[in-house]
Amino acid sequence: MSWAEFFAMNGYGFYVWGSYGVTLLIFIIEIALVRHKRKITLQQLRLMRDAGEAQ
Amino acid sequence: MAINWFKYAAPATFYGLAGKMVPWFAVPAAILFVVGMYIGFFVAPADAVQSEAYRIIFIHVPASILSMFIYLIMAGYAAFGLIFNTRLSSMMATALAPTGALFAFISLWTGALWGKPMWGAWWVWDARLTSELILLFLYLGFIALQSSIDDSRRADRAGALLAIVGSVNVPIIYFSVKWWNTLHQGSTIKFTGTSMHIAMQQAMFVMLVACWLYVIAVTLVRVRSIILERERNAQWVSELNEVKL
Repeated sequence: MSWAEFFAMNGYGFYVWGSYGVTLLIFIIEIALVRHKRKITLQQLRLMRDAGEAQ
Repeated sequence: MAINWFKYAAPATFYGLAGKMVPWFAVPAAILFVVGMYIGFFVAPADAVQSEAYRIIFIHVPASILSMFIYLIMAGYAAFGLIFNTRLSSMMATALAPTGALFAFISLWTGALWGKPMWGAWWVWDARLTSELILLFLYLGFIALQSSIDDSRRADRAGALLAIVGSVNVPIIYFSVKWWNTLHQGSTIKFTGTSMHIAMQQAMFVMLVACWLYVIAVTLVRVRSIILERERNAQWVSELNEVKL
């Protein structure tokens, strides 16, 4: 079986890869979001601390 | 040596523990995804009736199972937090909701992409599909309700009530293919055995474990941020190395 045949999935390529592609995209976005949220939360804590010290 | 498990129920201790646990779930999840996809696409044969399109089940079935399972865990944590007033359990419920919603979405999305070539329709108002859609709305309702209330303890309690009441929907999803005459097929894997090819079962099982490990890893990262946010005035937070910088 060639790679072209493999990706064609016997005519169901759009449905099969559409399923796995979107799932992969969702996982990548979710991982990016939780990491971003951690970064933002830590930044806010530092800002809060600096504001407290300035007083 | 006796381990004091209650120690880990304290947000301060759990924060550190969760941080150490993340790679132990994330790395095996990544490996198992690759293994599961390999078995699913290169070892498992094409289906006699559905040809190659059936390969969608290796993500559809695990995502669907987990969307229901995560909901029950979330409702369990929320109920525990409501009854015993334990802060960490409520934070876990909050951390699980977005991932649960995403899995419900993946279940519906992959189901639609399977339904189009197999049934000729992206969507039908069948009992299984409709109750899964309600599950997605329950997750979104839980998230929206909690984020609309400023006081986090009140948000926990309101969310917990919604989560507990909504959990009635989970057995409805599960038994819908038995109770009603649905277009959605019944379970292929039953407690009494299955007619499924062994490689298909292996691929589905490996993908289920991979997804579950992924859920744990991503939830632990999310709950750590929630802990920091809610405990921001606590002494231990200001003493963390990552905050001291």
